[in-house]
Amino acid sequence: MSFQVSRSGEVTLIEVEGQLIVGNRQELKQKVLEQLDGGDRKFVIDFANTGYIDSSGLGVLVSLSKKIREQGGELRLSSLNDDLRTLFELTKLDTLFRITENKSQALEGF
Amino acid sequence: MDDGLDAGLVLELPTDIQSIESAVEFVMSRCDSCRTRERRVSLNFRVGLTEALANAMLYGNAHDPSKSVVVVLSVGEGRLQATVRDHGAGFDPSAIPDPTRPENITRSCGRGLYLMRQLLDEVSFNDRGNEVTLVLRLDPGSALEGGAQA
Repeated sequence: MSFQVSRSGEVTLIEVEGQLIVGNRQELKQKVLEQLDGGDRKFVIDFANTGYIDSSGLGVLVSLSKKIREQGGELRLSSLNDDLRTLFELTKLDTLFRITENKSQALEGF
Repeated sequence: MDDGLDAGLVLELPTDIQSIESAVEFVMSRCDSCRTRERRVSLNFRVGLTEALANAMLYGNAHDPSKSVVVVLSVGEGRLQATVRDHGAGFDPSAIPDPTRPENITRSCGRGLYLMRQLLDEVSFNDRGNEVTLVLRLDPGSALEGGAQA
């Protein structure tokens, strides 16, 4: 997995490439927490180039969402493929996150 | 059947979570059924096996790199089967709470076994609780839309 971080106005956009799983989840967590510590509050994580996420990856997203909310911010997710949507629906995490079709929608009005 | 797993496959992996992705990819590459049953296997079996390996390494072997995880895979009689065994003391799978309940939904862990049960047709443990067997039926109409509910 690798990820690219960019800015769009006040929003930090993180585009994940590859699987988000137990072996690499801490890299993403560390990067987002660095940005949070640096004052960023609005985050979009885009999964347009992600095949699947395991339970550890889902757990990291839950943990990050909580930490961001505690700081008065918000984490949105975008571009989930059918497999990822299935995993979010099975775990009911689709009820916890604002999930948009693509990153443009996520950035809209953020 | 000309399947790379027709005669079975046994892997012994070190406890190293960095190795999980490549181990799963290796298994998928060795299995003809994994390539022909696209989403059914590529999602359900792949995620189930990833979860079983992660549980074995993180909780069973408690990150101890001196302990290994043994994976036994087979294809036959219309089913794809993986058994994952660690060297831990085992656990009681019935004690794992439902992660989709409102009081658990914001927990950052506890979804691995749930996903296995949702995505595979059968999920069973040995008495000690240090060995899990995952079964995905290859006949049409099973697993993807639900899976084991035990």
